[in-house]
Amino acid sequence: MADSTLNKSLKKKTSSKKFDIKTDLNADGNVFGLQRRKLNQFFAFSLFRVATVINGIALFIIIYFMVTRGWRAITWTFLTQAPTDSMTKGGIFPCIIGTFYLSMGAILITMPIGIISAVYLNEYARPGRILRLIRLGINNLAGVPSVVFGLFGMAFFVVTLKMGVSLLAGALTLGVMSLPVVIGATEEALKAVPDTYREASLGLGATRWQTIRKVVLPCALPGILTGAILALSRAAGETAPIMFTGAVFFTPCTPASIFDEVMALPYHIYVLATAGTEIEATRHLQYGTALVLIGLVLGMNLIAIIYRSRLRSRMN
Amino acid sequence: MGLPSKVISKNLNFFYGDFQALHDICLDVCEHQVTALIGPSGCGKSTFLRCLNRMNDLIPLTRVEGKIMLDGQDIYSSIQDVVMLRRRVGMVFQKPNPFPKSIFDNVAYGLVVNGLRNKAHIAQRVEESLKQAALWEEVKDRLSASALGLSGGQQQRLCIARALAVKPEVVLMDEPASALDPIATQKIEELIHSLKEIYTIIIVTHNMQQAARVSDKTAFFYIGKLIEVGDTNTLFTKPKLKQTEDYITGRFG
Repeated sequence: MADSTLNKSLKKKTSSKKFDIKTDLNADGNVFGLQRRKLNQFFAFSLFRVATVINGIALFIIIYFMVTRGWRAITWTFLTQAPTDSMTKGGIFPCIIGTFYLSMGAILITMPIGIISAVYLNEYARPGRILRLIRLGINNLAGVPSVVFGLFGMAFFVVTLKMGVSLLAGALTLGVMSLPVVIGATEEALKAVPDTYREASLGLGATRWQTIRKVVLPCALPGILTGAILALSRAAGETAPIMFTGAVFFTPCTPASIFDEVMALPYHIYVLATAGTEIEATRHLQYGTALVLIGLVLGMNLIAIIYRSRLRSRMN
Repeated sequence: MGLPSKVISKNLNFFYGDFQALHDICLDVCEHQVTALIGPSGCGKSTFLRCLNRMNDLIPLTRVEGKIMLDGQDIYSSIQDVVMLRRRVGMVFQKPNPFPKSIFDNVAYGLVVNGLRNKAHIAQRVEESLKQAALWEEVKDRLSASALGLSGGQQQRLCIARALAVKPEVVLMDEPASALDPIATQKIEELIHSLKEIYTIIIVTHNMQQAARVSDKTAFFYIGKLIEVGDTNTLFTKPKLKQTEDYITGRFG
């Protein structure tokens, strides 16, 4: 016992002694600091676990409040009728239809442009200063606050292009706002397609366009759909871009053409919660509307998610 | 010397940016022979192989000097269509890379992109190619299953079938068996042996025994230069140069 401690202290003093992996690493039965490394691992994994749990709790709390305070508002009348009595009674049918049209319109506009741009950037464009500049532009677009998009939409689509406050102007504004999301997701999906697929295809005498159309895009489709889901969720939930461009305080009818103005769920919540005459009395309607918004987005996403998982299983 | 040359490389230099990867490569590849390219990692043999179907065109900032003649026609000349070239010079890659499609669609892919529309002809050609690649018996009952469900060795034979389907004249193989187990490797080697009746084959390999087993001619590359080329038997038994001897006897590399 005493000998071993003496040996240890001797070892420390004679630092000039050659390092011997057999004796020095096992000096106190602690191979490569095994205890310490295991403790580090424990702390790291605990941190991950806590972070994940916090995430789950936050989501749970949001849904809990939404459901407990809003479910009473959700009736057949609520889902199928227009608001009445200065929006303190009746339903939100025009808002549901408005948000559905706005987000679908945004997706129809943003997906083709976004996908084509991403394919161009990732598959065709030669790397260089111009490409870097375009990328910088797209990344900055992603960081622009949504209210700025709203102002841009009003100035450009509503006023300059004379579309007026309309479904079209609102959908275009939301579409432009969603572009960086779609481009980003599509580019990531394209980058994830192994180059060996491209080489195999080109090696068989396919053109670059055939390679993109028949190999690269089908492989990237699940990732592109993820982009669509993100874009759709964002477009459906935004208030600021549509409040100057497409959404109005109240209109009893659903839009008959793309040049009609619409009601929308997020803007309706905003109006009820801040500008209504009976803010407290309509609380349950506000929560109910939020619940419907979440349900609508979830429902639309679910279709994309099911389609995506089908694609994935077909590929493997 | 009786066999005519299919591919001739004349003073080929290749650059990745400022780095010269190939120096003045002169090599004749005879028709219906298997030519093996050997040499240590980074010696340029794969780069050379990828020059033969202009696969290196895909890498930015690369540059080629010199000529590669396919049937007497320079493949780097401006009149050479690169899509047409790649149909004539097929390629099998190091790692099996079947598309995430069905077995049938993988083999049919090259036919479809090259404009074959007749379903019956496609099916017939797919069957022929899978038979040529010695895979038909194993997959004939599940042609519509995903190619990714095959074993590594089967996947590589599928990739060979896919390359053969478009009837190339030359088949380039970049270490086709390096990711496979010995049994799968043996199958690929037997396959290479039978394929040279129809095709001209150029194979890059790290495995000296493999080069000795499958090839008629062997070319030894070292740091971007072609050091020695000759009949495989001669090169492995009586190499002319000390460097070659050192490499094949395992003294360096």
